[in-house]
Amino acid sequence: MSTTIDLDKAATAPTFTGISAGRKARNSLATVLMTLAFLVALVPLVWVIWTVVSQGIAAIVSSTWWSQSLNGLLARQEGGGAYHAIVGTLLQGLVCAIIATPIGIMVAIYLVEYGAGTRLARATTFMVDILTGVPSIVAALFVYAVWISIFGLPRSAFAVSLALVLLMLPVVVRSTEEMLRIVPDDLREASYALGVPKWKTIVKVVIPTALSGMLTGIVLALARVMGETAPVLILVAYAPYINFDIFGGNMASLPLMMTVERSNPTDAGADRLWGAAITLILIITIFQLLAAFLSKVTAPKTK
Amino acid sequence: MTDGPAGTGEPGDRWGGSVSAPVPEAGIPTEPRPPDEGTSGATFVQRGDRIFRFLATGSGAFVVALIGAIGLFLLIQAVPPLLQNNADFLTSRQFEAGDPNNLHFGILDLLLVTVEVSLFALVLAMPIGLGIALFLTQYAPARVARPFGYLVDLLAAVPSIIFGLWGLFVLAPVIQPFALWLQDNLGWFFLFSPGNVQIAGATVFTAGIVLAVMILPIITAISREVFARTPRAHIEAALALGATKWEVVRMTVWPFGRAGYVSASMLGLGRALGETIALMIILAATPAIFTGSLFDGGATFASKIALSFAELNNNLSAGAFIAAGLVLFVLTFLVNAAARWVIARSGAKA
Repeated sequence: MSTTIDLDKAATAPTFTGISAGRKARNSLATVLMTLAFLVALVPLVWVIWTVVSQGIAAIVSSTWWSQSLNGLLARQEGGGAYHAIVGTLLQGLVCAIIATPIGIMVAIYLVEYGAGTRLARATTFMVDILTGVPSIVAALFVYAVWISIFGLPRSAFAVSLALVLLMLPVVVRSTEEMLRIVPDDLREASYALGVPKWKTIVKVVIPTALSGMLTGIVLALARVMGETAPVLILVAYAPYINFDIFGGNMASLPLMMTVERSNPTDAGADRLWGAAITLILIITIFQLLAAFLSKVTAPKTK
Repeated sequence: MTDGPAGTGEPGDRWGGSVSAPVPEAGIPTEPRPPDEGTSGATFVQRGDRIFRFLATGSGAFVVALIGAIGLFLLIQAVPPLLQNNADFLTSRQFEAGDPNNLHFGILDLLLVTVEVSLFALVLAMPIGLGIALFLTQYAPARVARPFGYLVDLLAAVPSIIFGLWGLFVLAPVIQPFALWLQDNLGWFFLFSPGNVQIAGATVFTAGIVLAVMILPIITAISREVFARTPRAHIEAALALGATKWEVVRMTVWPFGRAGYVSASMLGLGRALGETIALMIILAATPAIFTGSLFDGGATFASKIALSFAELNNNLSAGAFIAAGLVLFVLTFLVNAAARWVIARSGAKA
C-alpha cells in the first residue's frame, strides 16, 4: 500500500491569508472618508476667497482706491478710496509690533536661556498658553478698563495697539522660543569657551542663528493681528479721513471701515465693504509672503 | 509654518525641551556654563549679564502678572455696576445696561447662546478635523502633504470679519432650504424648532457652521503634530502583522494621538467661545428669549459686548459689559487650562 501524497497541496494552511472583504471594505471606506474630510475643508476656503475677489475686485482697481480717503463723500457717492484705512491698519500694526517684539523675544530668551526648569518659567509658559487663548474682545476690554476707565485717557489708536500687543505677544514668544531651542548647545559652549559672557553669547551667537525663524514668526504674528476687529471696534472711533496721530483723534482701519460700511445699504457701501475685505486679505497675504521671503534671505548660510 | 498661536504650542514645547536638555547627570553640567566671576574685565561683564538677566526674567514675570492684571482690572470695573444691578446677574435673561441709573443685566441668555453655538461648531468641526489630520499625516502622499496642510492653515489667516460677511451674505441663503427642511421634519425636537428671529439665516445654525470652519485649522494643526509623532516602530509593527492602513491608524496612531486630539478640540472650543466679530455680524439681535433652538437669534458674550460697547460713555454701563467679559475670560481660561492639562498628562505618559 502506497500512500499517495498530493504534492500540489500545501502541507499546512498558509500563514498569510488574504485580507477579508470586510476589512478591505472598511479600509476603503476610511480612506474615502478622510479624503472627503479634507475636500470638505477646502470648500469654504475657496468659496470665501472667490466671494471676496469677485465682489471686491471692482473697487480696488479704481484709480483712487489706493490713494484717497473717503473724506467729504456721502454714503451713496461712488469714488474715494481706502487709503485712510490702510494707513490706520498698518500704523496700528506697526506700533503693536514695536512693543510686542522686544518683550516677546525677552520672554522667550528667559524661558530658554535663563529660566529653564524654574517655577517662574513654568508659570510663564502656562500663562503664555493662557494668553494665546484670551479672546480679542477680552483683551480690548482689559485695555479699556485700564487705559480709558482708570487713566481717563480718550479712545485712540494707541489703545488699539496695546490690545493687539496682548494678542501678538504669545505668538511671538512661542515661535521665538521654538527657534531658540533648536540652536545647538555646541555654539553656546564654543562661545563660552572663548570667554564671551552669557548675554553677549545670546545677542551675538544665539539670536543671529535663530534670526531667520524668529523674523518669520514675528511677521506672521503681525499679519494675524492686523485682521482683528474687536479691539478697533471698542477702542477707537472711525474716521473717514486720514489721521497719522496714534495718540489722539479717530482713526480708520480696514476692519473698522468694513463694520461701518456694512450698515451703508447703497451700492457704494457694498463696493467699499468688499473692497476693504479684499484689501485686508491682500495686505495679510503680502505679509505672509514677506515672512517666507525673510526666512529665505536671513537663513544661516550652510556650506 | 504651522497654525501659530495655538498650533505650535504644547507639543513643540515638550519635545523641543528634550532637544536642548542633555541626558546624563553624573558630573556633567546640565547646561553650558558661561564664564563668569574671576575672568578679566569681570565687573563690566557681570553688569551686562545682570542687566540682561534682569530684563529677561522681568519679561517672564511681566507675562505672569499680565494675566493676573487682566482678571483684576476687569473685576475692579465690574464690581460697581454689579452692586447697582437691579436684576440677578446669573439668572436674568435681559441685558440692559445702557442707562447707568437703571441697570438690568443678567448673563443667562448670553451664556446659553455662547455655549450652544460653540458646542454646535465643535460637533461639526471635530470629526472633519480628525479626518483632515489623519489624511494629511497618514494618507496623503508625502510630496503633497505639506502644501495641502498649508491650504488648511490658510483658513486661519482669513480675518474673522470676512468669515462673518461670507456667512451672512453668501452661506446663509444657500443653506436656508436645508434649515427649513430641518424645521419642517424635526421641528418637534427643541434644537430644530422654529426660531425667534424673522431674518432668514441670521441664526445660531449659520453662525455655528461658520464657527466650525474657523476652528478647523486649530484642531487640525495640533492633531496633525501629534499624529505625526506616532512612533515609526508602532506603525511598522502593525504593518508587519498584516494590518490594513485603517487598522494601523486605529491601533497605533489613534491611541497615541487621542489625548492630543481631545486637547486640540478643547483649544478650538476656547477659540469658539471668544469669537466676536463673525458672530456679531451673523446673529440677529432679538429681544425675545432664547429657546435653545438652533434657529434662534440672540447674542454671545463677545458679540453682545462688541455690538453695544462703541456707544457707551459712562463707566457704569461699560462696567456691566466688562462683567460679562470677565465671565467670558474665566470660561475661556478654564477651557484652555483643561486642554493644556490633558495634553501635559498624556505627554508624560507617551
